[in-house]
Amino acid sequence: MKTFDLLQETYWALLSNKARSGLTVLGIVIGIGSVIAMIAIGQGAQSSIQANIQSLGANLIIVYPGAQRGPGVTISAGRGSAQSLKMSDAEAIALLPDAKAVSPEVTTRSQVTAKGTNTNTSVLGVTPAYPDARNVEVDQGAWFTEVQQKSLAKVAVIGPTVRDDLFGEGADPIGQTIRIKGTEFKVIGMTKTKGGSGFNNQDDQVFIPITVAQRYLTGNDYVSDIAVQAPDAASMTALQESVTALLLQRHDIADPASADFSTMNMADIVAAASSVTGTFTLLLGSVAGISLLVGGIGIMNMMLTTVTERTREIGLRKAIGAKRREISLQFLAESVALTFLGGFLGILLGWAISGAVSKFGGIASSVSPGAVLLAFGVSAGIGVVFGYWPARRAAGLNPIEALRYE
Amino acid sequence: MIECHDIVKTYVNGPTSTTVLKGASFTIKDGEFVAIMGPSGSGKSTLMNIIGALDSPTSGRYALDGHDVSKLSDDELADIRMRKIGFVFQSFNLLRRATVLRNVLLPLVYAEVEGKERARRARQALLDAGLPEKWHLNKSNEISGGQMQRVAIARALVNDPSLILADEPTGNLDSKTGEIVLHTFQKLNREQGRTIVLITHELYVAEHADRIIHIKDGEILSDARNANKRLVDDIHEDV
Repeated sequence: MKTFDLLQETYWALLSNKARSGLTVLGIVIGIGSVIAMIAIGQGAQSSIQANIQSLGANLIIVYPGAQRGPGVTISAGRGSAQSLKMSDAEAIALLPDAKAVSPEVTTRSQVTAKGTNTNTSVLGVTPAYPDARNVEVDQGAWFTEVQQKSLAKVAVIGPTVRDDLFGEGADPIGQTIRIKGTEFKVIGMTKTKGGSGFNNQDDQVFIPITVAQRYLTGNDYVSDIAVQAPDAASMTALQESVTALLLQRHDIADPASADFSTMNMADIVAAASSVTGTFTLLLGSVAGISLLVGGIGIMNMMLTTVTERTREIGLRKAIGAKRREISLQFLAESVALTFLGGFLGILLGWAISGAVSKFGGIASSVSPGAVLLAFGVSAGIGVVFGYWPARRAAGLNPIEALRYE
Repeated sequence: MIECHDIVKTYVNGPTSTTVLKGASFTIKDGEFVAIMGPSGSGKSTLMNIIGALDSPTSGRYALDGHDVSKLSDDELADIRMRKIGFVFQSFNLLRRATVLRNVLLPLVYAEVEGKERARRARQALLDAGLPEKWHLNKSNEISGGQMQRVAIARALVNDPSLILADEPTGNLDSKTGEIVLHTFQKLNREQGRTIVLITHELYVAEHADRIIHIKDGEILSDARNANKRLVDDIHEDV
């Protein structure tokens, strides 16, 4: 039997029982579709979380005052309340050869007012190194300079959300005046929007020189945290160790366990988040995988029914000269054709579902070519695996008994 | 040319064994029209299965066109069936949703004959079996019983076999249609020199052949020329 004939026989056989073939295909469509959609949603969530974390700054090590904390979990309420890090610590770290940028900051939350409007927002005292270290870009105007920081210039760079709240959407904030705790600041720049929402809204921030923040807002020399940027991902661990050693020495602490500061490595956070989303993807994928398995069993069920129903046909084919292999190939081809078609439609369905989820549900999703290939392979594989037994049964039928079958 | 020498077939079913054929010997030459006749349980179906290369004898020698086919594997038997034997069954065994033409093509699919040649040979076989062109593209379940059996005969003819084996070909037909089918066999035998073996339990049907082999309880009772051959006139040709 030639390949073309095999395909034609398959086509006729499946077409002669449209309803049953359709329902069986539907099982595979749902299985493959849900696998594709679930993996797309999982991977989308993973990459958006990673991108979010990356946008906080690449290759960063953040030093917090206070005792050690586990990685991954940050509870903002108590952050910065301990006072053990000073500007001089940051300056000392900046002298380490591996530290590319060092950005100490003072974080406060305060009411900010402009002419007749006000908003409650984060006010961050930072240095000119901040934009580089934290992946912040200036949209309008400019960041303050070293000179402005040293001369305690009362200038501010605001986030787009603050601009919207104080001056209205689309207004030009440059040159306007805002008041923070009774002190007037001149707006000299606005950052580019970064997205994010709730407590983590990186657009809802006001940046002022750290010296000004210490003088007018906190009234002391302590800093809330120090961000240290490594030149590349590979040197982060070494840098983290040397920062720790330096600070232990500066703070006169012999036992690292009783350090009055803690360091956090951004890579650790990314890894922790990735492992969470990875588990999440696996969970979604395996739930969808179960429906795929059920679809496969549907194929096997249908093929077994078909073999029984077509016993006489098999007998006839054998009587006119079909060999075992030809019969078995014919039934395998039918089940593979069903799963292939199901796989193809399933990929389209999965694509549509993940597209709809990102469009209407606001959850990022990405259908990767790998997942599509995998789904295609799996669906064809299911056809072979679940079609094998029925096909073998058909091929093994005795032609005499098959012809006599009622 | 069919040579059967001392064919024995024993079915073993657990501790009991049944011998269905107890040493049948006969020879059928090319171009003969032979009826194998016997009541049910006589072993005629088993004999047909062996002659048709669907089954192998327990002992004895069966040669088809000089080749011993009594000890071949399943796939080798399938090959013999494909090249040398055309079957006509009592219940037609057509593919129900397929067209008449596709049913007749089917053996050529397994014989890997080219597409165009296939259609040409299938059409010719249908005409030889007495089914005019206008029915060729009908679904095989849209035609009458007599027409169905003609399609089955065409399917048996299409691969130009050495032997046409018909198992109770008139069993599912009324007597008039049955006669027409028997006439078709006679015509194929007379005009094309086809070798035809007809298996039946009815003397009336068997009497359409040139030679009748009587079989009972697994043994051949008689094997003789049919003196009063029934001839069907060409009048009720149209089914």
